[in-house]
Amino acid sequence: MIKHEKIEKNIGLMGVLIAIVISFAGIIEIIPLMTQASVIKPVEGLKPRNALQLAGQNVYVSEGCYGCHSQQVRPFVDETLRYGHYSMAGESVYDRPFQWGSKRTGPDLARVGGRYSDEWHEIHLIDPRAVVPTSNMPGYPWLAKNPVDVEQTVASMKVLQTLGHPYTDEEITAAADLIKNKTELEALVAYLQNLGTAVPRSYQ
Amino acid sequence: MNNFWHWTVIVIVIVHLIAYIWLLLATAKKKVAKNDKNTTGHEWDGIVELDSPMPRWWLWLFVISIIFAAGYLYAYPGLGNYQGSLNWSQQKQFQAHYDKVTEARNKSFATFINKPIDELVNDDKAMLIGSRIFANNCALCHGSDAQGATGFPNLTDDDWNWGGDFEQILTSVKTGRNGIMPPLAPALGEEGVKQVAAYVRSLSSTEQDANLVAEGQNKFNMFCAACHGTDGKGNDMFGAPNLTDNIWLHGTSEIIETAIYEGLSGKMPAHAEILDENRVKLVAAYVYSLSKE
Repeated sequence: MIKHEKIEKNIGLMGVLIAIVISFAGIIEIIPLMTQASVIKPVEGLKPRNALQLAGQNVYVSEGCYGCHSQQVRPFVDETLRYGHYSMAGESVYDRPFQWGSKRTGPDLARVGGRYSDEWHEIHLIDPRAVVPTSNMPGYPWLAKNPVDVEQTVASMKVLQTLGHPYTDEEITAAADLIKNKTELEALVAYLQNLGTAVPRSYQ
Repeated sequence: MNNFWHWTVIVIVIVHLIAYIWLLLATAKKKVAKNDKNTTGHEWDGIVELDSPMPRWWLWLFVISIIFAAGYLYAYPGLGNYQGSLNWSQQKQFQAHYDKVTEARNKSFATFINKPIDELVNDDKAMLIGSRIFANNCALCHGSDAQGATGFPNLTDDDWNWGGDFEQILTSVKTGRNGIMPPLAPALGEEGVKQVAAYVRSLSSTEQDANLVAEGQNKFNMFCAACHGTDGKGNDMFGAPNLTDNIWLHGTSEIIETAIYEGLSGKMPAHAEILDENRVKLVAAYVYSLSKE
């Protein structure tokens, strides 16, 4: 039997052995999930984000919205009463990177799509206190002035296509024209209005 | 999970469990010759290490956790596709809790939910629940005092774009509303816009140039009266606001020209899917009660 001493005095060997022990947990907890249909298949009706929504997602990430908003309704009754049906893994297959998060300074946004009007979102993003006087969310007035980054959005679509998002080549060619006159605000609102709308919101 | 991973998980988990038991037994058997000072014999810079046995309680925790793991893996899902003897799943747990909450809620709602609206608005419990639903779902746009904001109607007054009857409010909450005023400047022309704006202002009894008003009235009847009515009192079929009461959803009467040039729209999202039928009814009743106070 290997003596403790041998392992303890050989940092390289100890490192390798530690890596092996820890990777067992990964092997049995993570890898089987990657083959499980409920986790890797999109839920019925889920479409990859269109160019404008994708641009909005890039704004969401670059503005750090995930710092205060999660996008994951947990399977607890109090959460489903407030937000709607709990989130399912198959809803996030086109989220790269996913925005589940765990920090809720603001409310969860997983099912915010369709919940408020576009006008409300625009007013609220520019000056949250104009509609919610007690809100502590910062305003993002520059979004209304910044044009959408067309080049980056088209590049994102191309990369996502290689990762398996079912974009057609025509969609990617048409993308630039669809979003060239849009502001970041419009893109972000389009993204928000699409969140969680693929499955019925209610849990009845 | 496919068969390969099913068995890989089972084998790895069971081999681990057996290895832990073996580790326990192997170390328990091994007798280390004790020296008279009861030290391990290691020494670092004059510091020696006592060779005391591991505390018993600590050892027992190890044994207990192995037994717990075996019991857990038998009862709950953990071994590949094996569902466990209790047939537990997160969805089932949620569903059971949901059913329990729903049943309790329906039971509590049952005491008042079928009351006619005039009695429902006088039921304190119903109104308290309605106000909570309002605070969670409606206050973001209409304000926590329900007095609205620019573009979002005040619900506490008697001015209703889509009708203030209980049934009409209920429909607004359930299916939402889409108010659209098209831009009319192309039809009216620059001069026409001025005239119509003057006429509309005159309706809420502010002094206006009489010539403009007279011209404006003609054009109003041609282009605006279809929705707002010849008397300008609006039409709750289209959500066309009453223009005679000096209540301006989109700010002040300053907005009139812009509205004619650019059009206006307002959207109330549907809530039938977000709230269930009982909660829709309660919140509609609460909103109805606000304008009756």
